[in-house]
Amino acid sequence: MNKDTNMAATFEGVAKRYTTNWGLYNVDLAVPRGKITGIIGANGSGKSTLLKLAAGLLRPTRGSVCVNGAPADRCMSKAVAYLSEADSLYPFFTVDESIQFHSQHFGDVDLHKSAEMLDYMRLNPASLVGELSRGNRERLKLVLTLSRNAALILMDEPLANLDPLLKETLIKGVISFVDMAQQTVVMATNQVADVELLLERVALLNTGRLLATGDVEDIRSEDGQNLVGWMRAQYAARAGAV
Amino acid sequence: MNSEFDTSQPIYLQLQQRICRQIVRGELKPGDKLPAVRQMAAQVGVNPNTMQRVYAGLEQEGIVSVRRGEGSFVTEDAGRVAQLHEQLKDEHIAGFVADMGEMGFTADEIIAGVQTYIKTLNKGSGR
Repeated sequence: MNKDTNMAATFEGVAKRYTTNWGLYNVDLAVPRGKITGIIGANGSGKSTLLKLAAGLLRPTRGSVCVNGAPADRCMSKAVAYLSEADSLYPFFTVDESIQFHSQHFGDVDLHKSAEMLDYMRLNPASLVGELSRGNRERLKLVLTLSRNAALILMDEPLANLDPLLKETLIKGVISFVDMAQQTVVMATNQVADVELLLERVALLNTGRLLATGDVEDIRSEDGQNLVGWMRAQYAARAGAV
Repeated sequence: MNSEFDTSQPIYLQLQQRICRQIVRGELKPGDKLPAVRQMAAQVGVNPNTMQRVYAGLEQEGIVSVRRGEGSFVTEDAGRVAQLHEQLKDEHIAGFVADMGEMGFTADEIIAGVQTYIKTLNKGSGR
């Protein structure tokens, strides 16, 4: 338990079986507090499964998942802010009503912060959600997620299919509005090159198994590689070992 | 956003070098206040913890001084700034000489080449 105090989340011997295949297999991973960790790997490697387990939205078939030292389950969704890949906004709400509704559901929404973020994202509180452009829906999702004072923020593919300028806005939003002294971010992403200046640690998944973990600045100084180069090297080492 | 950095080299070192150059070029003057860590991180698009490390490293090297509750400031120690000038000069010369050496040029050829180049530069600018 002692080491758990430095860890925002831990996975011990975690396996998740879906009907016909293993989504994750024998994963041991500790996510340090106060950092931004990237869960990287190809499509279908288990990134989303790992995030859903941490959010308490899925239960492990084997092993244990702990968040802030307590087993992850649905009740814990209050301590975790989860940005899903899917869009769960209500079209009949205005932007402001969406935030009020979110605030009623989660007790930890900082309305001062959400107002600041709306301003930064140039979202009009009176706009109807159903009439927002796709880019603005993504902006609103980020506002809802980051306005919560949750200790753990989980983001599933936050940059998928976005144009370069919107990606930059969202990345700068994370930098500006996450309180690294109080919060931890885990981001599952395919867009490694887009977020490599944001990530401090990475965990590389390959067909449901944890292939490697690393500190991103150490990868640069010790291996002289960027993240894509490092991933390639890990896959090659794996292929060589088989 | 990434294009400003070599992503296969540590980002905190590249940021430290960038700030040092701004001081040497006079874009940042002694006593100038640096943006807050998070603001600077958002401007550049890097992790706030990386930027924290940049500031801490510069403070340790005496290039930046942190005043509690006020922020980080470029050092007003003229000796330290002069030293930084020399440091950057030495680093650039070392890199250049090493590159030239790798291509097989002797010390005399390098010096002669630099002198000739400077002469044509001065002629070009009408001096």
